Amino acid sequence: MDTTLHTPRRQELFAGFFSVGLSGFGGVLPLAHRMLVMQRRWLSDAEFTEVLGLGQVLPGPNIVNVAVAVGSRFHGVSGALAAVGGLMLAPLVIVLSLAMLYGHYQSVPALRGVLAGLASAGAGLVVAMGLRLAEKLERRGWCLVISLLTLVAVGLWRLPLLAVLLVLAPLAIALAWRTRERWS
Amino acid sequence: MSVLLSLLGTFSLFSLMAVGGANALLPEIHRYVVESNGWMTGTEFAALFAIAQAAPGPNVLVVSLIGWKVAGIPGALVSTLGMCGPSSLLSFYVARLWQRFRASPWRRVIERGLAPVTIGLVLGSAWLLSRSANDGWASWLLCGATAAVAWKSRLNPLWLLGAGALLGWLGLV
Repeated sequence: MDTTLHTPRRQELFAGFFSVGLSGFGGVLPLAHRMLVMQRRWLSDAEFTEVLGLGQVLPGPNIVNVAVAVGSRFHGVSGALAAVGGLMLAPLVIVLSLAMLYGHYQSVPALRGVLAGLASAGAGLVVAMGLRLAEKLERRGWCLVISLLTLVAVGLWRLPLLAVLLVLAPLAIALAWRTRERWS
Repeated sequence: MSVLLSLLGTFSLFSLMAVGGANALLPEIHRYVVESNGWMTGTEFAALFAIAQAAPGPNVLVVSLIGWKVAGIPGALVSTLGMCGPSSLLSFYVARLWQRFRASPWRRVIERGLAPVTIGLVLGSAWLLSRSANDGWASWLLCGATAAVAWKSRLNPLWLLGAGALLGWLGLV
């Protein structure tokens, strides 16, 4: 098997991320992995894990962060713009077209029913996403406490997110630091 | 104009708070567009989220749709730019440092510390969305069943959204 990595041109960065944006339903990251590592061979598996870790630790949409990191790795600013532009262009056009259809036919009863059903199922998908993440959480008391505190503060008490993050994120990182030895 | 500036400024700030992506931000976005400014109802908010989920692409598109609802196409563009801009700049600069600190224990510590925070935020969003989207036992049942199937199986989520849309079309939820 050919394992040599390939350095993409800017047009290829655009095209590669365009295909990811267009075909990703529900989750784009697995498709990004297939495109970057398996199909186009721009990154090795280890490099992908590296870039993904970055995308997940930094704030903001994960896949956009990944596109920025991959694009800039090969072509600096213009590479990052090509990758993000490719990623966002088609989905943005599609979702805005759908929104305009929705705006136009909003009052049709059948469509309201469809959207109500979609919204309930969509909420269920986010519940499942949270549960899947929770399954992978370290089995430690402080992890559970931090998760529950965040959930209650943001979901029930409706405290401002910035305040919640400023208190809980440093606290959680400090707790992770205290428990680091037993992990390595 | 002032609405566009508000969207740009607010989503730029949200961009830097989006630990775990756009789905973690929904309660904060809800507060901004529904509770503080009254630009849409909670039900409309849930419907826009549903449209974003049913369309292909990254889930940050929910922000584009909310911007569209508030101020049309320009609203969609500035909201998307605000949501992606600051975090992208950060990624751009940190991507270089990231490789240099490959061996640093801090990377793993930060990842481990933020994981439970992200989970709390996503579940908080799930709670808020469920309350906005469900208004009777049938819709709660659909929501719960979708969550259970999506959690325990590898079924493509599009099938679940399709089933929800069908039940809604038939007037059952």
